[in-house]
Amino acid sequence: MTQTMTPAPSSTGGMQSALTASKLPRWVPAATLVGSVAVVWMLFALMGTANLAGVLVVSAIVFSVVLYALSLAIEGRRKAADRIATILVGVAFLLALIPLISVFYTALTLGAGRFDAEFFSSSMRNVVGAGGGAIHAITGTVLITLATAVISIPIGMLTAIYLVEYGTGKLKAAITFLVDVMTGIPSIVAGLFAYALLSLFLGPGVRMGIGGAIALSVLMIPVVVRSTEEMLKLVPNELREASYALGVPKYLTILKVVLPTSIAGIVTGAIIAIARVIGETAPLLIIAGFTTSMNYDLFSDRMMTLPVFAYTQYAQQGADAQAYIDRAWTAALALILIVMALNLVGRLIAKLFSPKLAR
Amino acid sequence: MSKRIEVSDLNVYYGSFLAVEDVSLTIEPRSVTAFIGPSGCGKSTFLRTLNRMHEVIPGARVEGEVRIDGDNLYGPGVDPVLVRRQVGMVFQRPNPFPTMSIKENVLAGVKLNNRSISKSDADALVEKSLRGANLWNEVKDRLDKPGSGLSGGQQQRLCIARATAVSPDILLMDEPCSALDPISTLAIEDLIEDLKKEYTIVIVTHNMQQASRVSDKTAFFNIAGTGKPGKLIEYDQTATIFTQPSVQATEDYVSGRFG
Ligand SMILES: Nc1ncnc2c1ncn2[C@@H]1O[C@H](COP(=O)(O)OP(=O)(O)O)[C@@H](O)[C@H]1O
Ligand SMILES: [Mg+2]
Repeated sequence: MTQTMTPAPSSTGGMQSALTASKLPRWVPAATLVGSVAVVWMLFALMGTANLAGVLVVSAIVFSVVLYALSLAIEGRRKAADRIATILVGVAFLLALIPLISVFYTALTLGAGRFDAEFFSSSMRNVVGAGGGAIHAITGTVLITLATAVISIPIGMLTAIYLVEYGTGKLKAAITFLVDVMTGIPSIVAGLFAYALLSLFLGPGVRMGIGGAIALSVLMIPVVVRSTEEMLKLVPNELREASYALGVPKYLTILKVVLPTSIAGIVTGAIIAIARVIGETAPLLIIAGFTTSMNYDLFSDRMMTLPVFAYTQYAQQGADAQAYIDRAWTAALALILIVMALNLVGRLIAKLFSPKLAR
Repeated sequence: MSKRIEVSDLNVYYGSFLAVEDVSLTIEPRSVTAFIGPSGCGKSTFLRTLNRMHEVIPGARVEGEVRIDGDNLYGPGVDPVLVRRQVGMVFQRPNPFPTMSIKENVLAGVKLNNRSISKSDADALVEKSLRGANLWNEVKDRLDKPGSGLSGGQQQRLCIARATAVSPDILLMDEPCSALDPISTLAIEDLIEDLKKEYTIVIVTHNMQQASRVSDKTAFFNIAGTGKPGKLIEYDQTATIFTQPSVQATEDYVSGRFG
């Protein structure tokens, strides 16, 4: 490790003044990292206990200690504390990434097997054992999600516009509180709500796609309200006042100044809200049910969706269990890809279409 | 085109806080009137009561009368939207609409109100307003570019063009030059000199030289202390305010002894 020690002041090559401070050369942290991993790995190997997790944890600790000591000796307390904080933040970030990467990797390896044309072109009608596909579930997910968006986005946007542009006093506080409560509703309760609502009119045992859309709307509306609210609050008041000062009424100011200024963010928020509900399983299991056949009609009969497909394939394995498990993983992979694509589209819209407010 | 403003016994509140107390003054048509005074004395607040922008702030209210050519702005049944079409406003920070091009910004008063306008009329209005704001030559080749791409001074002149494009009778300006460099400031002062031929202009300024350069009459506002209401201390010909004011506080302020 000693090779990483350099006479820091001279390495800057510049003149000394009251404002210059000793600084570790840029390559030192990387070199320390490589050095720590190499040394720890060698020690583990010598003791005959090399295991990946152990090496990583111990070398992270060694790396922190060595870099801190180096920095303390050469750069002083403040810089050393800064280095430690940087390492902690970096480690926390990597820890948070582990589940994401692990899930994606597992779904990719296990789901790739059935990620084929048949999966995306046939349903499970009359399929036992291998073969079959999830086109009926994909159709159901698309239809139910579209219906959810059609219900939730207008309601959510109008609520947010009321809260930001018009609301005052008790009513505003009450609505804000209720939206907060709604954010915390467990998804199974949303499903029971949709079931209870529909069975009031259609009798017990009702199953239909639109019920799923109602349940998902209960979950999506508060998310849309929140994100739209944030975007509307970002529109500077100066723009509203500029519009009023031109003799433009309030509703036209909202329609033609406030919304166009914030629309990119609102659309992004709505897309991310869709991504958030598209993977819901429990409420759909209750109210949309499951089926092996295609159903294009939101207003009658059971409708399959991707998450429920993954669940039923896993929960009700037939004779050829592996075929069912493979289909479950492929459905999971398809769902992850859809959510990723939605998020990417959302980010792209935000990037491409938001006006430059900064001056 | 240009109208007289008569204010009598005006009290302006934010909720229960009295921000400006008992102001009475008359502003003549085709003149430039400057409001001066230390920060927080209520110049902006008072200015915004002249086009009913004050009430945009929740809880804000006004007692008293503001008459424009005899019509009380605060009379029953008066529509603030119609008031603001007659009394335009330019703000301290240039605020062009970021989603609109330069041309659309000038036409904002027309377009946002859903009024239809033929293309030739629109082009004529854009050119006239931008020429009026001394901006035409600088932007005539990039009318379709975003207004937020202009420099601060150009943006402010764009905002003036936008305000004049709806042909108001009165133009209120709240420290229009305080965010600008000296050259842009001079450009706007020249512009005010021109606009005076057609509009009644009221301008808030922190800059004594500016007040003495551009205005015909000057109103000096002051507060007794924080939390106290702002008051109109003295209102007279600009030359009188700056050379022989009748109140000691005015003399102290214009000679730079406080504020
Ligand atoms: N939106 C507001 N809500 C409450 N009080 C305000 C608001 N704006 C200004 N005030 C108060 O009104 C007084 C006058 O402010 P202002 O008109 O901005 O002064 P000036 O423009 O002369 O610097 C100040 O005491 C200020 O704190
Ligand atoms: Mg002010």
